[in-house]
Amino acid sequence: MNNLVILPVIIPVMAGLVMVIFRKNIRLHRSVGVLALFALIVVSFLLIFQIKSNGIQTLQAGGWRAPYGISFVADMFAALLLLSTGMVTLCCLLYAFPSIGREREEHYFHPLFLFLIAGVNGSFLTGDLFHLFVCFEVMLISSYVLISLGGSKVQLQESLKYILVNVVSSSLFLVAVAYVYALTGTLNLAHLSVVVAKLGQNGLMTTVALLFLLVFSIKAALFLFFWLPESYSAPPTAIAAVFAALLTKVGIYTIFRMFTLIFYHEPQITHQVIGIFGAVTMVLGAIGAVAFSDIKKILTYNVIVGAGFIIAGLASFTADGITGSVFYFVHDIMVKALIFLLGGAIIQLTGTSKWNEVSGLIRNHPYLGWMFFIAALALAGIPPLSGFLGKIFITKGTFQAEYYWLGAIGLVTSLMVLYSMMKVFMNVFWGETTLSREMEKGTTKGLLLPIGGLTAVSVMLGVGAEGILPYVRLAADSLIVPAQYIEAVLGLGEA
Amino acid sequence: METLMSLLVGLFFTIGTYLILSKHVLRIILGTSIITHGVHLLILTMGGLKNGGPPLLGESFAAFTDSLPQALILTSIVINFAVTALFLVLSYQAYQKLGTVDMEKLRGTCDE
Repeated sequence: MNNLVILPVIIPVMAGLVMVIFRKNIRLHRSVGVLALFALIVVSFLLIFQIKSNGIQTLQAGGWRAPYGISFVADMFAALLLLSTGMVTLCCLLYAFPSIGREREEHYFHPLFLFLIAGVNGSFLTGDLFHLFVCFEVMLISSYVLISLGGSKVQLQESLKYILVNVVSSSLFLVAVAYVYALTGTLNLAHLSVVVAKLGQNGLMTTVALLFLLVFSIKAALFLFFWLPESYSAPPTAIAAVFAALLTKVGIYTIFRMFTLIFYHEPQITHQVIGIFGAVTMVLGAIGAVAFSDIKKILTYNVIVGAGFIIAGLASFTADGITGSVFYFVHDIMVKALIFLLGGAIIQLTGTSKWNEVSGLIRNHPYLGWMFFIAALALAGIPPLSGFLGKIFITKGTFQAEYYWLGAIGLVTSLMVLYSMMKVFMNVFWGETTLSREMEKGTTKGLLLPIGGLTAVSVMLGVGAEGILPYVRLAADSLIVPAQYIEAVLGLGEA
Repeated sequence: METLMSLLVGLFFTIGTYLILSKHVLRIILGTSIITHGVHLLILTMGGLKNGGPPLLGESFAAFTDSLPQALILTSIVINFAVTALFLVLSYQAYQKLGTVDMEKLRGTCDE
């Protein structure tokens, strides 16, 4: 029992509710938002250290013992993601201050932003399948409003499709939940793991597992990513960056949970399908990233490639592969938000999102240029930066599992990602300066601070990898050995 | 009884899918709503029908009905209600701004 576990959900909800009361007071909204996110970061640090010394932390809501009540569980994997969420959302919020516009701020941007974070954190922490659905909906409904907030034509058009896709996939999620309940009679993740292990993962169970995979693949933009590029190009930069960094990641997180904790008995079926999904996602995403001339489109397709690559580590189902995935997961959250913010800053400056209509920005904006360069290298996994270690471990894992094709596709698509980013960098920042200071459509004033912050975090993740690795290994351990999780929740011995 | 319910759920899903595949946004929204109702019936069926008394303490029944599926459905109905309301408002807003509710015309990139 540890009440700290529920704080990452409670803090943003409470802060958001306070904001709703004082609608016109933007200064209050801003300060409460920043304070809440700072509190989140502090809580995640505390959780990480507690888990490191005392093992997995749990909270049984209302004191109802595990299989009957709703459990909140914070293992190292969840805690690391909480910390990354806190850092990324803080940077995106700081980026939103000068860029989002007063109109949106007065129409509940800040509370919705915090409710979205509450949903994301809830999904990371929950230990119950139906509660996971509820947290998903909290997150999705906030995202429906955020994506359409402002009501420009393109936003309305894309939000209709976005909502439709998500409503249908949520229905399928519930169908899968109903089947699981009929088969096992429980919805608590730890208890499910025990029951599935006892009953054996027969054909019916595997089918349900694949239905779950389908549902979460839609949410995670894995293989079924047809909805993503258009929807993520529609909202303003700060919102799109949070979506790119977090929403798809929640889907990937749940795939990890389900297929390491519960449905791990038939890896030759489920994990092979996951591997194929990952490979197809990487290839199609990389082709998209190379093909488009619109910066926003290139970035959204990079989100898709990232999803495929993280999943490749899970498909390998080896200690190294999972370690790599956890590391790459944290890196991907940071760097996806970073490139979206950078892309947004470029578009704000130039007023166009086509990379072939701009050149020579680096003369007037050296910091922006070099940070874009660093982000591009980190994204592709060039050695001293953050993507490198994750890529090494995932590739090693896939080779150990003899999924050579999967590892090879991962490496080739990394090259294509690097090409797509370098194409943007060389065209936008190098060459003749066509845009003088007077002709610029906007300013980067206030935008460079959050971008710089994220760049620093990304560099630190790479340079300080040695210090972070023990935590990542701990997270991977708790994923590979489900007994730890089960024991912490069902509490053998502890009441 | 369970078989009959399953057929009914199938019928709901068929109607919902048909509506979602149509062009008109309102029909699509109704389709999602009907599919969700199908899902609710499915949860009820999966929990097992009619195998005990009401789940109240102090009553003298040999077996109690499982109350968890009903709790799940109640939660899901509320969520579905909120999402449908939001969806309807957005489609109205989209109709006012874009001048159409035909999905065929909502494709591709539109000019600002």
